[in-house]
Amino acid sequence: MNFETTIGLEVHVELKTNSKIFSPSPVEYGDEPNANTNVIDWGYPGVLPSTNKGVVADGIIAALALHATVEQNTHFDRKNYFYPDNPKAYQITQADKPIGHDGWIEIDVDGKKKKVGIAEMHIEEDAGKNTHERDHSYVDLNRQGTPLIEIVSKPDIASPAEAYAYLEALRQRIQFTGISDVKMEEGSMRVDVNISVRPVGQDKFGTKTELKNLNSFTYVKRGLEYEEKRQQQVLMSGGSVRQETRRFDEKTGETILMRVKEGSDDYRYFPEPDLPALQISDDWIKELDAAMPEMPTDRRKRYVSDLGLTDYDAMVITQTKEMSDFFNRMVDLKADPKMAANYLQGDVNAYLNDNQVDLSQTDLTPENLAGMINLISDGTISTKMAKKVFKAVTKGEEPKAYVEEHGLVQLSDPAKLQPIIDDVLDQNPQSIEDYNNGKKRAVGYLVGQIMKQTHGQANPQVVNKLLMAALTH
Amino acid sequence: MANRINREQVKHVAELAKLEFTDDQLDALTPQLDDIIGLFESLGEVDTTNVEPTSSVTDQLNVMRDDVAEDWGQSHALLKNAPDAARGYIKVPTIIDESED
Repeated sequence: MNFETTIGLEVHVELKTNSKIFSPSPVEYGDEPNANTNVIDWGYPGVLPSTNKGVVADGIIAALALHATVEQNTHFDRKNYFYPDNPKAYQITQADKPIGHDGWIEIDVDGKKKKVGIAEMHIEEDAGKNTHERDHSYVDLNRQGTPLIEIVSKPDIASPAEAYAYLEALRQRIQFTGISDVKMEEGSMRVDVNISVRPVGQDKFGTKTELKNLNSFTYVKRGLEYEEKRQQQVLMSGGSVRQETRRFDEKTGETILMRVKEGSDDYRYFPEPDLPALQISDDWIKELDAAMPEMPTDRRKRYVSDLGLTDYDAMVITQTKEMSDFFNRMVDLKADPKMAANYLQGDVNAYLNDNQVDLSQTDLTPENLAGMINLISDGTISTKMAKKVFKAVTKGEEPKAYVEEHGLVQLSDPAKLQPIIDDVLDQNPQSIEDYNNGKKRAVGYLVGQIMKQTHGQANPQVVNKLLMAALTH
Repeated sequence: MANRINREQVKHVAELAKLEFTDDQLDALTPQLDDIIGLFESLGEVDTTNVEPTSSVTDQLNVMRDDVAEDWGQSHALLKNAPDAARGYIKVPTIIDESED
């Protein structure tokens, strides 16, 4: 029996605003528990929430970045549920008029491009955080009211690999807008997935299961791969898939039953009476659209067609906006694009990995790195010398000053190199004879001698040219 | 009795509201709730043919605050007012249900 798979993804993205969505409490991480809370966050009776304009703007930006239609007549709704991480016993969210709907993003799986639809995205508040100890649980409401955007995919995703590509593309686009850090490891991006399989040709979707505890894109993919196979096996052995929530076990790579879903949830949504509705103007949308940074797909196209990078180079450079902006600035400073891309992917990435830091946390600047590359391009230093200069550049040093101070100037002037070459040739008649007898390796020895005489400062290209001219005369 | 709500539905609503009732109480509450819903049904008599649906009862629109953080300095007092607190956290009975949304 052949099956087809349908995957749905709900992604929560935490917004980087100064204040919470419905109260002016600060949005800060790592503070003392409950330090960033006020009576609104605690859901005290009689308090009145207020809508953060910055969150609405971020919602519009997300909608634009995901090619969605901005809902201009929108409002908030109450979703009722009882849980100690939310003292109001309801979450303020959006149900029937989400801020954006009917978007799409392009994904790429092994070179195959596909558009994945986005059903809707809405702005809402996060809940507090519970920690459980043996006899009691402990509630920290600092996160209560932190703004979120939830992005719901259409059932277009047909494989775990596509789910992975969708998450990667979504993360990149949101990251480039600057509204969120979108880091799963820090909880600023959270992913809920559901998956169902059905025999090819069947109209109705199969029964779906929901997966929890997926803390990285890789775990999402592995969890889905396991679940896809498990459901197929259940169906092939004549059984039926139950609607249930399963937990991904990182150690075994299996999914384990958490609970069976009975009936649908009863959230009793209704329009939030404490917050006036919103009417988003064309002008506001235009203004936000005009300020939108160039998206990664557009940057990749430009890097390949205008700057001559390979698809792979362009892909690596656009992994983060930080890296891509850094690259753009280097190109503005006339650094050779290919060399700039190579340095970012090679030495810079290695440096970031070794030190476990982001680009912004280093002393590297596009000015200094571009300066170094320009010194290589104009022949002032060799790529070998650049290794030393790069180390200095990582410490924030200006490359030109460093090169001058340390005498790291490459000898490229033929008038200065010629006498040294003549000297070396005079002292090594045997090598000349070897060369004339067809032993091309003799050239390597001679170049080595010249480099030695110049303490490694001779420009290898110029030396080669002059040496070959002398030998073939 | 018009039977606008049945006993099972009353029980379900009670569960959602975290209320517990005895069988006798459920028997008594069901017709009462039924009557209350009946009162609301009078709303159906209003002609709304040319009235746009609304999500709000005020005429206010676009009431928004700028994204500026304010510390109201209330966290200490709020914790003091909590039934129990420890190390800055609100201390609550052990939560068993893991359903977090």
